[in-house]
Amino acid sequence: MSASYATGLPAVIRGEEAYQAARREKRRQVLLGAAILLACLAVSAWVSEARPSTLWAGLPRIGEYFGKILPDLRWHALFANAETEGSIAFWLYRLPEWSWLIFETANMAALATLMGSAVALLLCFPASRNIAPSPLVYHLARRSLEAMRTVPEIVYALIFVWAFGVGPLAGILAIALHSAGANGKLFAEAIENADLKAWEGVQSTGGSWVHACRFAVLPQVLPNILSYLLLRFEVNIRSASVIGFVGAGGIGEELYKVISFNYYEEISAIVLLIVLTVSCVDLVSERLRHAAIGRLEAAR
Amino acid sequence: MNAPANVAMWRERMPAAFGATPSQRALRSVGWAAFAVWLVGALWYFGFTPQRLWNGLSGLATIVRLMIPPSPGELWVDILKGMAESVAMAFLGTFMAALVAIPLGFLGARNIVTSVLLRFSLRRLLDGFRGVDQLIWALAYVRAVGLGPLAGVLAIFTTDTAVIAKLYAEAIENAEKRQAEGVIAAGGGRLAAIRFGVLPQVAPVMLAQALYFFESNTRSAAILGVVGAGGIGLQIAERIRVRHWDEVAFIILLMIVTVAIIDTLSGRVRRRLIGGPLNVDA
Repeated sequence: MSASYATGLPAVIRGEEAYQAARREKRRQVLLGAAILLACLAVSAWVSEARPSTLWAGLPRIGEYFGKILPDLRWHALFANAETEGSIAFWLYRLPEWSWLIFETANMAALATLMGSAVALLLCFPASRNIAPSPLVYHLARRSLEAMRTVPEIVYALIFVWAFGVGPLAGILAIALHSAGANGKLFAEAIENADLKAWEGVQSTGGSWVHACRFAVLPQVLPNILSYLLLRFEVNIRSASVIGFVGAGGIGEELYKVISFNYYEEISAIVLLIVLTVSCVDLVSERLRHAAIGRLEAAR
Repeated sequence: MNAPANVAMWRERMPAAFGATPSQRALRSVGWAAFAVWLVGALWYFGFTPQRLWNGLSGLATIVRLMIPPSPGELWVDILKGMAESVAMAFLGTFMAALVAIPLGFLGARNIVTSVLLRFSLRRLLDGFRGVDQLIWALAYVRAVGLGPLAGVLAIFTTDTAVIAKLYAEAIENAEKRQAEGVIAAGGGRLAAIRFGVLPQVAPVMLAQALYFFESNTRSAAILGVVGAGGIGLQIAERIRVRHWDEVAFIILLMIVTVAIIDTLSGRVRRRLIGGPLNVDA
């Protein structure tokens, strides 16, 4: 500060003062922001009962719990049969059963994705601003898609378990309903970005609205739709693996059981299987997605 | 030269231009047949009988009829408290995750940590954390620290630290390196280069990401209670158990409204932070 005042030049001094004022203003804002943040933090910690003392007391228990979950694998017996304690086979002793459950879960996800996307495909044409037959239909379609996707799957599942009974049926329908809302919006956005020249062409040759949707819009957006479908499948396989927590079928029911009954090592076994499945599906689906987009765009 | 012969010639030369070949068509029909078999099999396996669907739909219609009009019920204080708890869980969980993710993000960034082994193992570890669903974490934490919102906070913290750290690492990798080089050239150390060369660039991105996650976590915190991790999910699960459908409808509406409010607020803060004073720094 002193150096610039020492020059004695009015412009330099004015500049220095402006700089200092800007800095003060900035500091004030940062302090204000920090105060607001601290207040929010204090309130939320108080509301969510996350006092430092409980957190501190909970930490060792968390460590203990996750320590128990981890399998007790011993190096010398790693590849021994299922009777030997410490082997992989002992850890995954119910592998066939779990594999079947995971297969079931994947099928639930696939079926739900398909059903949800079918509904989405029906609703996305009226829900696209550029081709909707009338504003009323557009708003109706948009709002219903919104309603479908704002409610989380697990809430749907809770309700459907009452209506359809415990089991995968409720889970599939719950995931399908949520996917319909989420995918319908994405499909509609793809359509809104589509080129409408083909649409005008079909209409000018006397095609109806449905014809135009089918022959002018659908071929254009099909690669996008396929890729969203696969993406949704990746998301849905995750949801399907936990939707069983509320009794809606799949591996989630088994996981809920082993966590509730504290079958420690089985928890890690099932979670490992789920993570493996999910990452395999991700890998394959990513390949397929790129292939689908590449091929269909090349054919266009 | 007559036209039909010409067509035959070209059909022979480039069969792909004349639509699918017989073998392609056969393959396609086999594919569709396999798909149909799977679909029918899956529908049958999961019990999609018309009767079950009809019974379920009529049950659903009854539920929807009972949902109207939505009513807060007598214990509306609990509902509001649950909603506040959900938002607080989301806020605290995201804040902790965003804080812990800063050092992890720097450690996971290619331009900061040159050791491939360290970076690779850190990233795989984070991938592992991310692969497990939030609800599974919540259930495990409920067993570890007991019922209540703390389990939810920890579940959000665990999954989000991994995701946010990955995003932070990507943001840091995308940062312009000239500023950091400038700091080094002016005689600054590596730490000073990170603090004055990299951090000001990525801070607005980091804040924006954290706010995004707060928004999405408000949604997920609303359902964590279903497994006992506190918040509005607990309230809704309880009311479904005792079939107070009008209160269930009220809670669902409250959830939607709250999420919308949080989205708007956070969006406003985000725009202000990115477009406002922080941009001067960056």
